Amino acid sequence: MTPNGILQIVSFFLLILALAKPMGAYMTRVFNGQRTFLHVLLRPLERLCYALTGVREDVEQRWTQYTASMLSFSLFSFVFVYGIQRLQAFLPFNPMGFSSGHAPGNATAMTPDLAFNTAVSFVTNTNWQSYGGETTLSYFVQMVALTVQNFASAAVGVAIAVALIRGFARQQANAIGNFWVDLVRGTVYVFLPISLLIALFFASQGAIQNLNSYTVATTVEGKQQVIAQGPVASQEAIKMLGTNGGGFFNANSAHPFENPTPLTNLVQMVAIFLIPAGLTYTFGKTVGDTRQGWAIFAAMSVLFLAGAFTLYYFEQSGNPNLQKLGIESMASASQPGGNMEGKEVRFGIAATSLFGTVTTDASCGAVIGMHDSFTPIGGLVPLFNMEVGEVIFGGTGAGLYGMLLFAILGVFIAGLMVGRTPEYIGKKIEGKEVKMAMIALLATSAAVLLFAGISSVITFPKDAYWNGSYGAATGNLNNGGPHGFGEILYAYSSGAANNGSAFAGINANTPWYNLTIGLAMLIGRFLIIIPMLAVAGHLASKKRVPVTSGTLPTHGPLFVGLLVGTVVIVGALTFFPALSLSPIVEHFLMNQGRLF
Amino acid sequence: MIKQLLPGFRMVLVLTVLTGLLYPGVVTGLAQILFKHQANGSLITRNGKVIGSEIIGQNFTKPEYFHPRPSAAGSDGYDASASSGSNFGPTSQKLIDRTKASVAQLRAENPSFKPELPSDIATASASGLDPHISPASAAVQMERVAQARGVTREQVSRLTRRFTEGRDLGFLGEPRVNVLRLNLALDERFPISR
Amino acid sequence: MPSSIHERETATTTPRQVRLGDPTELLPKKLAHARPLFDPEILRRAIRDSFVKLNPVTLMKNPVIFVVEAGAALTTFFLVRDIAVGAGNIGFQIQIALWLWFTVLFANFAEAMAEARGKAQADTLRKTKTDSIAKRIIVGDRFERVSASQLRAGDIVVCEAGDLIPGDGEVVEGIATVDESVITGESAPVIRESGGDRSAVTGGTKVLSDNIRIKITSNPGETFIDRMIALVEGAERQKTPNEIALNILIAGLTLVFLLAVVTLQPFAHYSVSAAGSGSVPTIAVLVSLLVCLIPTTIGGLLSAIGIAGMDRVMQHNVLAMSGKAVEASGDVNTLLLDKTGTITIGNRQAVEFIPVNEVTQEELADAAQLSSLADETPEGRSVVVLAKEKYGLRGREVASHEAHFIPFSAYTRMSGVDLDGRQLRKGASESIAAFVREQGGQVPDELTETAERISRQGGTPLAVADAHRALGVIHLKDVVKGGMKDRLGHLRAMGIRTVMITGDNPLTAAAIASEAGVDDFLAQASPADKLNYIKKEQAAGRLVAMTGDGTNDAPALAQADVGLAMNTGTMAAKEAGNMVDLDSNPTKLIEVVAIGKQLLITRGALTTFSIANDVAKYFAIIPAMFMATYPALDALNIMGLHTPQSAVLSAVIFNALIIIALVPLALRGVRYRPESAASLLRRNLLIYGLGGIIVPFPGIWIIDQIVHALGLA
Repeated sequence: MTPNGILQIVSFFLLILALAKPMGAYMTRVFNGQRTFLHVLLRPLERLCYALTGVREDVEQRWTQYTASMLSFSLFSFVFVYGIQRLQAFLPFNPMGFSSGHAPGNATAMTPDLAFNTAVSFVTNTNWQSYGGETTLSYFVQMVALTVQNFASAAVGVAIAVALIRGFARQQANAIGNFWVDLVRGTVYVFLPISLLIALFFASQGAIQNLNSYTVATTVEGKQQVIAQGPVASQEAIKMLGTNGGGFFNANSAHPFENPTPLTNLVQMVAIFLIPAGLTYTFGKTVGDTRQGWAIFAAMSVLFLAGAFTLYYFEQSGNPNLQKLGIESMASASQPGGNMEGKEVRFGIAATSLFGTVTTDASCGAVIGMHDSFTPIGGLVPLFNMEVGEVIFGGTGAGLYGMLLFAILGVFIAGLMVGRTPEYIGKKIEGKEVKMAMIALLATSAAVLLFAGISSVITFPKDAYWNGSYGAATGNLNNGGPHGFGEILYAYSSGAANNGSAFAGINANTPWYNLTIGLAMLIGRFLIIIPMLAVAGHLASKKRVPVTSGTLPTHGPLFVGLLVGTVVIVGALTFFPALSLSPIVEHFLMNQGRLF
Repeated sequence: MIKQLLPGFRMVLVLTVLTGLLYPGVVTGLAQILFKHQANGSLITRNGKVIGSEIIGQNFTKPEYFHPRPSAAGSDGYDASASSGSNFGPTSQKLIDRTKASVAQLRAENPSFKPELPSDIATASASGLDPHISPASAAVQMERVAQARGVTREQVSRLTRRFTEGRDLGFLGEPRVNVLRLNLALDERFPISR
Repeated sequence: MPSSIHERETATTTPRQVRLGDPTELLPKKLAHARPLFDPEILRRAIRDSFVKLNPVTLMKNPVIFVVEAGAALTTFFLVRDIAVGAGNIGFQIQIALWLWFTVLFANFAEAMAEARGKAQADTLRKTKTDSIAKRIIVGDRFERVSASQLRAGDIVVCEAGDLIPGDGEVVEGIATVDESVITGESAPVIRESGGDRSAVTGGTKVLSDNIRIKITSNPGETFIDRMIALVEGAERQKTPNEIALNILIAGLTLVFLLAVVTLQPFAHYSVSAAGSGSVPTIAVLVSLLVCLIPTTIGGLLSAIGIAGMDRVMQHNVLAMSGKAVEASGDVNTLLLDKTGTITIGNRQAVEFIPVNEVTQEELADAAQLSSLADETPEGRSVVVLAKEKYGLRGREVASHEAHFIPFSAYTRMSGVDLDGRQLRKGASESIAAFVREQGGQVPDELTETAERISRQGGTPLAVADAHRALGVIHLKDVVKGGMKDRLGHLRAMGIRTVMITGDNPLTAAAIASEAGVDDFLAQASPADKLNYIKKEQAAGRLVAMTGDGTNDAPALAQADVGLAMNTGTMAAKEAGNMVDLDSNPTKLIEVVAIGKQLLITRGALTTFSIANDVAKYFAIIPAMFMATYPALDALNIMGLHTPQSAVLSAVIFNALIIIALVPLALRGVRYRPESAASLLRRNLLIYGLGGIIVPFPGIWIIDQIVHALGLA
């Protein structure tokens, strides 16, 4: 680790620390329906949305109605995205003619299973991509289907978090807010204006934004180079801000047109954490004790910094097998050292490690370096971040409600040790809350472990529908040994956690993987959201127990430690066997020089 | 649930227009006005022909040019319509084989360079389109480039320094050399008569 | 003094004095009649029951242990198969299977131990239920002898000295001393009389003197003793809300671990073929891993903890009608404490003689003492004692004189003595003033002023006069029990508000409240005031506990989350509360709260411990499982366990033994001190969380050493 690398990580963290409060305070006002400085401009737009959809702004919903609205919205979103993809040949802004007769030779076919996977992926805020953007999708699909879901799925996540916050804040109430209003407010006041600013900044730095067909260049040495184009900057901004992560291009944020400079890279990372970090403040503010929000923020920070430095340490230490070939691993002023396989020179080791942590702490899934090529422990960090459910700042909204789920579990287990029925934010944590938290935990663990288990052993007849020419589901892997298993484990962890990043060596564009990862994404999204909304509804109906010295304090270092411990131990206990057979054993094997 | 269907349908439509058409439309319009060069790919033209993008790497194999990093984009590398990394894991035999070949080639092409190779020059980038190499990786190749162009290493080195970008804001990212821009400058300053 | 009757009664019917030793020790030392933890008889019964409980149908209620049993059965099945075909490592498999069965038995044993204690107690109670003969009144004084089991509610029976009271009821006529030791364990007799708040009698208790008529209030099988038997036996035991939630948690965790272990099979399959060596783990090893991971410790001890909690309450001579009540007492935010008997010792005491005019202190003391000689109330006695202690005036034998005692009457509101021509009177200052005027004397302003001043300070003034001459005022004061301030302070540290309930006026109440250190008081409290106060607290989200004994306390007792009724109280009060204190000691409420908290802490501590234990077990089993496939994983064998088989076996043995090792803790409850939640959590997290992570490492290592030394694996 170099002083400069540490400086990059620490200064990024300080930036998030500084932005959390203003962002959180702004969102508190927005979701309370209070005026902000943007209301002059945007209030008419908000009203227009209600007018066009027939939503009544002043009517609140019970948790069941809230859930029904959310499901209805997600269902139509899915149908739209699926339909637009399948019909892209007949729709405009398709200069390369994807899905039509004159598509380029390297184009990927838009099969029903791929369209299903992609639609689920973007609707669930996962943005797992079984395809490469520049070889598969028209600009119309990228804008009208995917960019829309980048906004919508992120705003849905925030809406759920806001509803859960209300559950804690209210007492003896039936309603937890109005889904449509929360959705519109998030989109109009939070995501749109900030995305616009970020998009223009990206464009100024070199991110492209056009509807041109691909440029054919003749290189200096006289070869032909086809340079992909498209409306990238606009999608890139919301891709980060909405913790979506679905790249316009196959190489995602490593692509110079998506993320041209270290400065845009910093903005990308800040955009990922901006809303999740802000929501911790919104939480504290809304429940009437900002310390509660800061405690959550602190627990997230501890886990974030631990992950970032672990990843950075191992990436900077490099791969001994490459060192044996005469490759320098020590960093110097003129070269980055460490493990540069799958990393960009402009970002180097520290920024890539930081980004890898940030993107998997949050449910973003964008990458600036190939996680598949990380050192084993470097790859373990993203994998573990996802397996604990992306609660380290996490996805927009999803991070907060995921972390509150752990808070409920942690408070329940340890809270008993103060000799009272556990309480969190003045709400008694009882059977119902525990049950819902366990359903969520169980569903996501099951989605990862069961699918990964099946894919480790299942075989299909060669060239059959399910897995094409690969035959066995392990035939799709780009690596052998424990790392190959890591690719499978990563795929389902990423799907169930709604992350979307990949150990990208796996060729997941087959009906088997598209379908199973799609299911993992659905489980990981809705089997957390629905239980958490049930918790919100149940909490809202409860009285608030006054705080006394007999109340478990949930704002101090002790609670932060408890929460961190709960996240790590629950995650580690569930996934240790699987992890020990992939990155952990791989780490020892790499040091022994064993290759696969 | 049925009662929620209609607003759901309408809301998807409204948000699609707002965020799928209006938003990218506005960004495209503004970017095309404000940052026309960047928004269209920072393309470089010579004699009215596009020869590449400033920020997209392209392959160089000739001795008089600085060579970029190995690329996994497309079947031959540096395919800017098929960005990709190698996705070789740390215990991959293929990774070691490929790196071994790159190292051998580098050693053969730059026989005067004896120390350990910089970590970036024999490894594939994430995008396969990395426009940069580290200053150390440029240094590996200076002797060869100077020889091929019939100039001194010092002259090449000086030019390389001019094209070395520092860290953004002094601490972000890594120092780097843009291979295409440096090679274009080489052609300009130290042209080879063919 | 409207409550004086009540006060006297409390004093005479509270034989067990409040224990106020170390004020930090809220839980008093073990009571004399409590059974030792491992009574041989209980132990025998528990061991037998452990095997009975192996029945999978009953075990199904405990998902964690049920999974262990299923795993044990599966392992046994494969063992038998392997013996049949002569394959596998039979010795290892036999040991694993045995230890898995032991794990189930140990868990059963914990529950059986807790139940056996209750059952033993129930047996003792049942012995008292010998069918006695009742004398049922037919008409007037005529009665018939019938079996007690034939009595129905509404029957009137007569009991004389030496009779067993045939059923629960109320004294409708007469007064008697009754031996209630069968239920209270206390040999000192108590007084039962018709009318008022001590009319309730319990079936099975014995009349010692006099005779009484009793109206039977319960049908056979529904008596207090019947209910008590059912409660201690655990027959009606229902899971408490908290226990249900905890059960969901551990059942959920069991499923998570089941997933982790089941999917390990295909993962191992992949790994074996990728590494090209080793083999997929056997069923015995996979089951071992599963059993080690699922929270068997808390799963095995959970119901034992609950039963033991009830039992602990019982040992304090409190009968909890449900586990929920015990649990709720840990959650209590507000304690309503009756001033008299709880905060203050049951009666006021004379602390000062304040003469008026030219009267000397000695003269006043002498008069006060004489006037009180026949006054057997505690207040009267305290006047005699004060005069003796302060002025050396000895109680005189007044029988030789022409003494005529005037008893207290509600009409005159004074008492006294006519002695040698003197007319000594003491009583409420207005009454004495009236008496003095009646005798032709003048009432000095000083007398009235002094009386008012004492009232303001929270005391009770008793004026003393000799015929027409007002002598002065006796200052009677409520005396706060020693150590009470500390105890209330500890309650505050635990976050519990204390509220003093008193019939006194607000001034008096405020003075005592500040002296005792309660957080709030409710003065001139009527039963309706109490009820409203409870409702108000509950509306604010607080849980309220209170004690009560009178019929008019019943609504409040029913409304309170924890209502501790005094056994001496009326049937209505006992029905309304969810706990009955057989000792009728209202201070017990504080102890009940402590027990409730201890119960919850024990559950949380063992859950945390159980989950934390898993970390070490992974480090034992995972490298062992894949040693042949990936020898590199030996790096995780940080305990340096000898062989893969000894590692697995040691982890399983540790997992089984820890259950047994923690049975005493589960039954006794973890140590509990009244302190803030933050410091409680810090300490318990350190002991049971961090301790739970660390302890298994040396534990498994030692077992591995033994297993290896004995050549078992």
